[in-house]
Amino acid sequence: MNGALEPLLKVEELKRYFDVSPPALERLLQRKSRAYVKALDGVSFAIRRGETFALVGESGCGKSTVARCVVGLYRPTAGRVVFEGTDLGSLNSRHEMAPLRRRTQMIFQDPYASLNPRWRVRRIVAEPLVTHGLAASKRDLDERVGQLLQQVKLAPADGDKYPHEFSGGQRQRISIARALAAHPEFLVCDEPTSALDVSVQAQILNLMKDLQRDFGLTYLFISHNLAVIYQVSDRIGVMYLGRLVELADTETLFAQPRHPYTRLLLDTIPRLDAAQGAGSEREPVAGEVPNPINPPPGCAFHPRCPFANERCRAERPELIAADGTLVACHAVEEGRLPAELRDTRPVAVA
Amino acid sequence: MASLLEVEHLRVEVPGRRGTLVAVDDISFSIAPGEVLGVVGESGAGKSLTGAAVIGLLEPPLRIAGGQIRFAGKRIDNLPYEAMRRIRGKEIGAIFQDPLTSLNPLYTVGRQLVETIRTHLDLSPAAARERALSLLREVGIAAPEQRIDHYPHQFSGGMRQRVVIALALAANPRLIIADEPTTALDVSIQAQIIALLKRLCRDHGTAIMLVTHDMGVIAETAHRVAVMYAGRIVEIGPVRTIVAEPHHPYTIGLMDSIPKIGERRGRLRQIEGAMPRLNQIPPGCPYNSRCPEAFDRCRRERPDLLPAPGSDAACWLYDPKQSAERSLSAFQEGEEGAQRSGSGLRHAR
Repeated sequence: MNGALEPLLKVEELKRYFDVSPPALERLLQRKSRAYVKALDGVSFAIRRGETFALVGESGCGKSTVARCVVGLYRPTAGRVVFEGTDLGSLNSRHEMAPLRRRTQMIFQDPYASLNPRWRVRRIVAEPLVTHGLAASKRDLDERVGQLLQQVKLAPADGDKYPHEFSGGQRQRISIARALAAHPEFLVCDEPTSALDVSVQAQILNLMKDLQRDFGLTYLFISHNLAVIYQVSDRIGVMYLGRLVELADTETLFAQPRHPYTRLLLDTIPRLDAAQGAGSEREPVAGEVPNPINPPPGCAFHPRCPFANERCRAERPELIAADGTLVACHAVEEGRLPAELRDTRPVAVA
Repeated sequence: MASLLEVEHLRVEVPGRRGTLVAVDDISFSIAPGEVLGVVGESGAGKSLTGAAVIGLLEPPLRIAGGQIRFAGKRIDNLPYEAMRRIRGKEIGAIFQDPLTSLNPLYTVGRQLVETIRTHLDLSPAAARERALSLLREVGIAAPEQRIDHYPHQFSGGMRQRVVIALALAANPRLIIADEPTTALDVSIQAQIIALLKRLCRDHGTAIMLVTHDMGVIAETAHRVAVMYAGRIVEIGPVRTIVAEPHHPYTIGLMDSIPKIGERRGRLRQIEGAMPRLNQIPPGCPYNSRCPEAFDRCRRERPDLLPAPGSDAACWLYDPKQSAERSLSAFQEGEEGAQRSGSGLRHAR
């Protein structure tokens, strides 16, 4: 990593636990103990200015929890989120948070749930401008909203409509316009295209790329779709059960995946080039993500891992540098699992 | 082989205050025994409605307004409710997107399986339970003897979808309508379910109509693919042709807009605009306003499926009567497209 440049965002040993204990009386009578879901259990990464950092993983791996901690919707149980040198945990009032809140905005997965159905689009897009006092007058506000709508390829006249009059893709454009309203530097995008059809997804991803170039935005991009991540990101963190298992730049991760879970994820991508339909055979990896309340000891991936041994079952691996990537795997560290070179073949997921 | 399911000129309408909208407009296809037909398209293209029409589960006011659906040679689109209910489940099974809403949360999975089995097959309770156990085993549920007495909430999403598949298989149907069966699942679980469906199809000769928006799932699973757009089938053909050498401009645009690993470009290719709403479908070809190839005739006349090399496409470019010049240029472009994807394939091998 480039040490001379201070990263825009640093996440250090981030932990976030959720209390899922049974009610107090039940604990008392049935001698049940407290229980926690360790949604994040020590996650560290840094995002440089102007880059797109992606987090990938299956549901329940904690990637959305990272997003919510980073924008300050959740308070970390432990660890720090540092935005341009300021620790989010040291800000104790809404007042102190406000300047940071303006500079970080979020785009959500579901464009149906994230827009107020009773507000006109004009008011939705203007809300951040009003909240942060960024418009001098009513006219200024209207003009700015018109500009924002044009930036996301909608017409200024669309401001008079309600969200239900738009399609999913257009609604996601409205979300993006709202996120851009306050001139943010950092956008947290939590599955921004997962609810959209592929042809619309391509439009939104292209729009996000254009905006990044035009405004020098930095993205934290969260998705379960590896092909989308391949197209948009500069660096990728792979998450499994609340931990980062591999962190690498995009080309390296796809050409030379190290962690067995990363390899599994790459193997599960349906391949378009091998389209033989029902004739093609692909052996899927068995097993599922284990229950996060009671994760397996040692490496959380060991029950599904073909390379697991005694050490993997007992001792939790930490992220260790290996050939320019960071990998949390005993097998890789001990040299039991050599790097696998893959030609990044044209494969695809819709 | 004789077709198991034949759909001819099917038309589904939604009567509304401002006139009747046509949601599925004159589509025809067939499925052979043991065949997987993928039906792909964007939301609102009419693919789920087509599936619902086949199993007779269109929600009023939606109705079949024309055409025929024949199953094993017999018409099923005009059957009375009770007669259709006997076919549904026994002859035609269904798998839906959300496994949680397909299962009754108040009953154990065993009770639901036994009930379904006994509705359609003449079995004693004990024999039905045996069959339920073997179904659970077949769909890959570990320790079925214990799991059979569990409630749906005690299963994970992937396991629940397996239970739903077991339910659909309960009476050994000859056709399964699977509507987005993997969409709600994680990628690694998705791969397991796809493998399961393929195995069932091979072992039992079950035909599957696989409705999904996910071209990746189609490419892995289907033999043939029907691409739907604005209520019409715009292209239908073998999966290899549709994926590697599509002919209809919409299919070409759709395939191009799928992000691919291995060819990283600054931007994805995209189709401008959006699919028209049902009340805004233009005259002529429904795709004409977005189509880079559109010419006069496309704005006037609606194309039906025409034979193109390897598939059938509803596009005037493939009309032999079209002016020689026009079709020649289209043919060359098609060739280039084929070479482009063809070289990608060669590279992979």
